[in-house]
Amino acid sequence: MSARYTFGGDEHLFVECSEEMSLEAFFTSLSMAKGVRESGIKGVTEICPANASLQMKFDPDVIHPNDILKEVKAIEGAAARAEPVLKTRIVEIPVFYNDPWTHETLMRFRERHQDPTGTDLDYAARINGYGAVDDFVGAHSGSPWFVSMVGFVAGLPFMYQMVERQRQIQVPKYLRPRTDTPKLTVGHGGCFGCIYSVRGAGGYQMFGITPMPIFDPTQTTSYLRDFMVFFRPGDIVKFKPIDRDAYDQAVEDVDKGRFAPPIREVSFDLREFQKDIDGCNAMLEGMLNGH
Amino acid sequence: MAIKVLHHGLATTVQDLGRPGYFHLGIPVGGAMDRYAMRAANLLVGNDEGAAGLEAVFIGPKLEFTEDALVAVTGADMPTKVDGVAQPGWTAFKVKAGQTLTFDFLKSGARICIAVSGGIDVPEALGSRSTYPIGALGGYKGRPLTAGDELPVGKSNLASEGRNVPEALRRRPGPSAELRVLPGLYWHRVTEESQQNFFADEWKVANEADRMGYRFKGGRKLDFVDREQPFGAGSDPSNIVDSCYPYGSIQVPGGTEPIILHRDAVSGGGYFMVGTVISADMDLIGQLQPHSPTRFVKVTMEDALAARRVRQLNLARLREALA
Repeated sequence: MSARYTFGGDEHLFVECSEEMSLEAFFTSLSMAKGVRESGIKGVTEICPANASLQMKFDPDVIHPNDILKEVKAIEGAAARAEPVLKTRIVEIPVFYNDPWTHETLMRFRERHQDPTGTDLDYAARINGYGAVDDFVGAHSGSPWFVSMVGFVAGLPFMYQMVERQRQIQVPKYLRPRTDTPKLTVGHGGCFGCIYSVRGAGGYQMFGITPMPIFDPTQTTSYLRDFMVFFRPGDIVKFKPIDRDAYDQAVEDVDKGRFAPPIREVSFDLREFQKDIDGCNAMLEGMLNGH
Repeated sequence: MAIKVLHHGLATTVQDLGRPGYFHLGIPVGGAMDRYAMRAANLLVGNDEGAAGLEAVFIGPKLEFTEDALVAVTGADMPTKVDGVAQPGWTAFKVKAGQTLTFDFLKSGARICIAVSGGIDVPEALGSRSTYPIGALGGYKGRPLTAGDELPVGKSNLASEGRNVPEALRRRPGPSAELRVLPGLYWHRVTEESQQNFFADEWKVANEADRMGYRFKGGRKLDFVDREQPFGAGSDPSNIVDSCYPYGSIQVPGGTEPIILHRDAVSGGGYFMVGTVISADMDLIGQLQPHSPTRFVKVTMEDALAARRVRQLNLARLREALA
């Protein structure tokens, strides 16, 4: 897998690690971003890793585009040889699936959807071969997800499901984007899951809502006091289905400053994962539960 | 010292030169759409170039001053008045305590920058006073201004009134625009014929044009080179695996209407991009009105760097003129 290099005007270098999404491409993107950061190339002002690509913003008054190109290309080789091991954290995110707020929103924008007669969950369950919505929710919350990119808008995580490709949930985006999405909606488009960090436009299918804020510009949420954005690329997420009572309780806990998302430090080895996906996921879940 | 907002205009926000460094988390640089105009306005009133001013689009605000201040208005051509008396653009003028600053209808361009001696003294958020409304971050309470707001103003070392930007250094927005574009990113996704059409056609600014992005319509639809869509990209040929978006990059969803991402850009997404507007031309975009005829002009990296040097030379002349 060789990366493709191209310039975004005179201030951006764009590297496509792979045309298609995969954990390998994501690891290359992360490890190249790390390599660029650590090499301290002069003139580089921003490093943005994405799902299967990355982008550097640079100051062409400090470094000529051809020189940054040369330096980043040199890092690609080292990144490819790096051990695919990531020291990261796993976080449990409570999700109230089929909640009244995303339900009200999806009904309001029904004419923009592929299947106006059902809900986004009904549709996603059916086209992914699940007999019932509960089975689909089971699959969505049954395995962990990698945060493979943070962006679009402030603090929004794109998430990639950690299962074999044939088991990955895939859904098209809305036919026409909605002009509204509730804050903290758990959505899905293509092969990517996401959590809408703020209220706004969106095109992903809507499955539920989390009571846990992930972006707080006021930095008053107890676990966002140090920094306003919760997620970082490389985080591992496990969803936990909750009911209305647990949702209301969590919202109250957030308001009172006593909500603490379960987080554990983990080390993830891509090679071990690929040898035994279910075993590796079971181990991650065990660590989350304190085993 | 404060400024009372009597009317907010259409969308008036506190802006400076932006907050670089957080794009990897989806927080865009923001700041004045027309950087040159904001720098000029600040220099005129004796501020640092990066002080916070106000940016108003299409319709000016109505502002009452509680203390004397020096003010300058640059960018678009929008007649400016103090208690009904006309004031020149690109020139520092005095506003006395109790007087009101108002604006008449826009004549050309799209955005004015209003600088006040001392700068708009809202708290910094992530190193900048720029307003990022989607994230409710920065500026005045993270949102555009509204009637009744009271803007704090910093201490100033009152510069002298009457100073102005020499005519040759005022950049006047014209009725049409040429935007220089470096092809790249996913340029290879469209056919050779569509590549030619993209630069040959006349486009017009669409109504959906704001700080996040400018949409264009009127050119021929782009055709895609056939391929089997890569895993994770989505089924439409204009889709890619969601990637970062450069500032100034031009995405064309469905191959129909190009969108240039600007200061409040979304940081990434799943639409392919044909290339990027060069840095020297970014300011121009913020002065385009809906329906403005626009052509995209194909340039090389060397052209882009040369244009950048010209822009820097102009900025150096501006600084010298106002030193």
